[in-house]
Amino acid sequence: MELAAAKMIGAGIATLALAGVGIGLGNIFGSFLSGALRNPSAAPKVFGNLLLGFALTEAVALFALVIAFLILFT
Amino acid sequence: MAGPLEQFEIKPIAEMQVAGIDVSFTNSSLWMVIVVTALTFFLVGGTRKNALVPGRWQAMVEMAYEFIANMVKENVGREGKQYFPFIFTLFMFILGSNLAGMIPYSFTTTSHIIVTFALAAVVFVGVTLIGFAKHGIGFLKLFAPSGVPAPLYILIVPIEVMSYFTRPISLSVRLFANMLAGHIMMKVFAGFIISLGAIGFAGQAAAVLPFAFNIFLTGLEILVAFLQAYVFAILSCIYLHDAMHPAH
Repeated sequence: MELAAAKMIGAGIATLALAGVGIGLGNIFGSFLSGALRNPSAAPKVFGNLLLGFALTEAVALFALVIAFLILFT
Repeated sequence: MAGPLEQFEIKPIAEMQVAGIDVSFTNSSLWMVIVVTALTFFLVGGTRKNALVPGRWQAMVEMAYEFIANMVKENVGREGKQYFPFIFTLFMFILGSNLAGMIPYSFTTTSHIIVTFALAAVVFVGVTLIGFAKHGIGFLKLFAPSGVPAPLYILIVPIEVMSYFTRPISLSVRLFANMLAGHIMMKVFAGFIISLGAIGFAGQAAAVLPFAFNIFLTGLEILVAFLQAYVFAILSCIYLHDAMHPAH
């Protein structure tokens, strides 16, 4: 196989990490919503943790993006 | 038309060479100077009057101060107070750089891995030094958590060591990749507007969609700018807490 084609396929495969990130983000917000609906008065206290979890999970997707770029442009 | 990656190009403004090393004053350095100047103006100007009942400007400065002071108190503990100036500087610089990157035609310094890696390396080296200075060789207890069955240490210790040494990488790549991806996305959608507008009336009508999405993205990017500065600061706090209390 040609190197360029293999690079394209590799970059595509690198984006598979998004599947896990999707599950993770859904889990975070789903858990937050079900918790917040059960006990709305406690929701503002954990909002900071929600954002922290969101940012940490989103970063995993961006690691995959960096890997894809590394494969494509090196 | 400029490509979506052209915004990250570093252009020298004043060429300089010291002992064969390129130390030119670039657009990246220019924007760092602008950010630091603006932050100094914001913080010094806001606290100039020191009124008991704060005005609008002073209230903003106090809000930023209290936000970070609470973060340090909750995550590092009472003895973390002495590291507050460092965390506050870190947070304000990253926030300022991220927000300055949202100005059209500006340059986002935090979208370069070397800038974020330098910040993360300072945190990493500093935290390691603080840990050894406070606990001596006892700091190594961080890598061997208590309450684990003895045979498991063969597995746990290498994992803990590895996770410790990937900290600066994950810390820097998180900030860098967020800024990079966000700005590329905005420029890609801006490119859609131009190329749709060039194909006649139907295209111009359709160009409203990417334009609306770009407005939404701008809002999202401002949120991300805050969020990433917050995450960087809070993770630094958590690492500091580890250095203070290695035996957890």
